[in-house]
Amino acid sequence: MAMLEVQDLHVAFPRGKRDEVEALRGVNLHLEKGERLGVVGESGAGKSMLAFAILNLIADPGRVSGGRVMFHGENLLDLSERGIRGIRGNRISMIFQDPMVTLNPVLTIGTQMIETLKAHRKISDAEARKLCIERLKQVAIPSAESRMDAYPHELSGGLRQRVVIAIALLTDPELIIADEPTTALDVTIQAEIMALILKLCRENDVALILITHDLGVVAEVTERIMIMYAGLCVEEGRTQDIINAPRHPYTAGLLKALPQKAGRGQRLYQIPGSMPPITALPPGCAYNPRCEFAADRCRATIPPLAGGVACFHPLQEEEAAS
Amino acid sequence: MTQPIVETRGLEMRFALPTHFLSREKPVLHALNGVDVSIQPGESFCVVGESGCGKTTLGRAIMGLLAPSAGEILFRDQRIDTMDERMRKPIRAEMQMVFQNPYASLNPRRNVFDTLAEPIRHLLPDTPAAEVREQVESVLAATGCDPSWQRRLPHEFSGGQRQRIAIARALVTNPAFIVADEPISALDVSIQAQILNLLTDLQADRGLTYLFITHDLSVVEHFGSRVAVMYLGQVMELAETQAIFAQPKHPYTRLLLEAIPKLEGGSFDKPRTPGELPDPVNLPVGCPFAPRCPLADARCRAERPKLRTLANGTQAACHHTE
Repeated sequence: MAMLEVQDLHVAFPRGKRDEVEALRGVNLHLEKGERLGVVGESGAGKSMLAFAILNLIADPGRVSGGRVMFHGENLLDLSERGIRGIRGNRISMIFQDPMVTLNPVLTIGTQMIETLKAHRKISDAEARKLCIERLKQVAIPSAESRMDAYPHELSGGLRQRVVIAIALLTDPELIIADEPTTALDVTIQAEIMALILKLCRENDVALILITHDLGVVAEVTERIMIMYAGLCVEEGRTQDIINAPRHPYTAGLLKALPQKAGRGQRLYQIPGSMPPITALPPGCAYNPRCEFAADRCRATIPPLAGGVACFHPLQEEEAAS
Repeated sequence: MTQPIVETRGLEMRFALPTHFLSREKPVLHALNGVDVSIQPGESFCVVGESGCGKTTLGRAIMGLLAPSAGEILFRDQRIDTMDERMRKPIRAEMQMVFQNPYASLNPRRNVFDTLAEPIRHLLPDTPAAEVREQVESVLAATGCDPSWQRRLPHEFSGGQRQRIAIARALVTNPAFIVADEPISALDVSIQAQILNLLTDLQADRGLTYLFITHDLSVVEHFGSRVAVMYLGQVMELAETQAIFAQPKHPYTRLLLEAIPKLEGGSFDKPRTPGELPDPVNLPVGCPFAPRCPLADARCRAERPKLRTLANGTQAACHHTE
C-alpha cells in the first residue's frame, strides 16, 4: 500500500446559482515513503488546489466534489475536523510560498514553534524549547538560541523560510507538501533552501510533494514529476525521463521554450496562446487549441492518462529529442 | 567603441531613512555606490543581481524617475539628470520603460487606446489626432495585439496580453532606448518565451537598445549582449555575455551561476556556504561581498576593490581576480 494514494480527486467552485466549475477534474497521485514528487504547472493549472485538497483545506465556496485521499489506507476527506488535525501539521506538514504569511508577526519564533509542538505532543516547555533549538540548528540558522526570542520581521526572507522549514520538521512528519517554497526568494537563497529541503528529506526519509512552476528546481530535487494543465495531470513519470524525453506536446513545449535551450539572440520556441481559464475550457483535450498535433478526436474527447501521458498523439523519443 | 547611447558616471543614490525619535543618527540607505556603465546603441545590456542590489534603482535613475544623489547620467552625450523638465520632455519620448507587473503598470480604468495615446499626447503634444491613432494602431500591430482591443480595459486581458500592451505603450513614441525591468518575471513559463521573442523581434525591426533588468541568469545568457552583475549598489563584474558564462571572474558571479537549477540535476548536492546580503544601511568598509566570499582576506575587508579591466576584456571589482 502506498503511503499516499489520491484517487480521482475533483474540486469544484460554484458558478452562478446552480452551476459549478471544476478546478481539479479527476487527479490521481501515489507516493511511497521517502519519495519526492514534483507537481509542475502554470498558474491556474490546479497544482496548489491539489495540495489544499489533499489536506482537506479547500475553503468555502469551493468543495471537494469527488474522489478519495488515502493516507495509510485512511480517507482524509472522511475524517472529522479533530481527526484531520492529528494529521495536518503533524504527520503531513506544509511549507507555503510566503513565510511572512505563515508566521504570526506578533509572536516570537520560539512561541510559535513551542505552540506547534505542544498542539501535537505531550511535552514540557523546557523539552519543547530544547527540541526547537535543535531544529533551528538543523536548518542552519546561526545563533539559534537567541533567534528563539526574535520576531519574524527581524529576520531576512531566507531565514524566515528556514524557520518555516524548521517548524514543518518539528513533528517528524512523514510527508512535506511544499507549495512554491522558494519563489519569493533570491536565486542564491533559493539554492540554499532547496539544497536544505533535499538534504533533510533524504536524511529523515521524509516524502515530499514539491509544487512549482520551475522545471529546473524540480529536476534538481524530485524523483518523479506530474505535469498539470487546466485541472488535469497530462503527464507523469520519472523526472529525468520526462526532462530528456517528454511525451506530451505541452511538456515538450515547456521544455523547448526554456531560454537555455536556444542559442544567444535566436528566437525561442514558443507555445502559442495561453492556458484557458477553468471557466472556459474547450471540449476535448484542454490543450488542443495550442497543440500542433490536435486532430478531430482531440477536440471531442478528453484523452485519458495512459502509460504516463494523457494524449492521443504522444511524442516518440526521437521527436522529443529534436 | 562608438558613441554610447546612455552612460552613467559615478552614479550614486542615497535614501534617507526615517530617524528614530530618540536617536541623533540619520540612517542612510546606499542604493547605488558609484555605478559607471555605458550602453552602446543596438545592444541588449543586462543588469543582474539579487533583490536590493540596486538594479531597479539604476533603471529608474536613468529614466529620470529618481534624482541621483551624485554622479552624471548622459543620453547621447547630453547630460540629462540636471536638465529642466521642459528640455527633457522630447528626450523622455526617446527613452521608455516596461515594468515587471502588467497588473500594476496599466491604469485599470483607462482603455487600451487612451493608455497608448497618453505618452504621445503628453510628450509630443504637437502630434495631430489622426497621427496619434495611426501610431497607436501601428504599435498594436507590431506587438501582436489585435486592433479590436483599443476600446477594452486591462482587466479583460491575460498577463501575457497585458505585457504586450505595456510594451506597445513603451514603443508608441518611437523611442530608441527601453528600460525593461523584469518584464517576464510575473508571467507564466509558456508566456515568457512569447514576450522574449517579441522583444527580440522589435529590436531587429526598430534597432532598439535595451537595458534589461533581471534576476534570471538563464534569460541573460539567451538575451544579453553584455552583462553587469550588481551587488549592494555596485557593479561587481561587467563583461560580454559569452565571457561571463564561460569565464566568470568575480566570486559573486560564480556563486550566482552555481545557484541556477540545472535540468540535468546535481547542483543542489554540493555543499554551500549560507549567506545573507549585508545591511545596505551599514555597509561594510571593504568589499561588500567579503562577508560571503570564500577568497576574502584582510585587504578585502579593509579596502573596497575598484572595477578594473582584466586581460580578457572583462571588468571585475575584486582584489583576487586576474
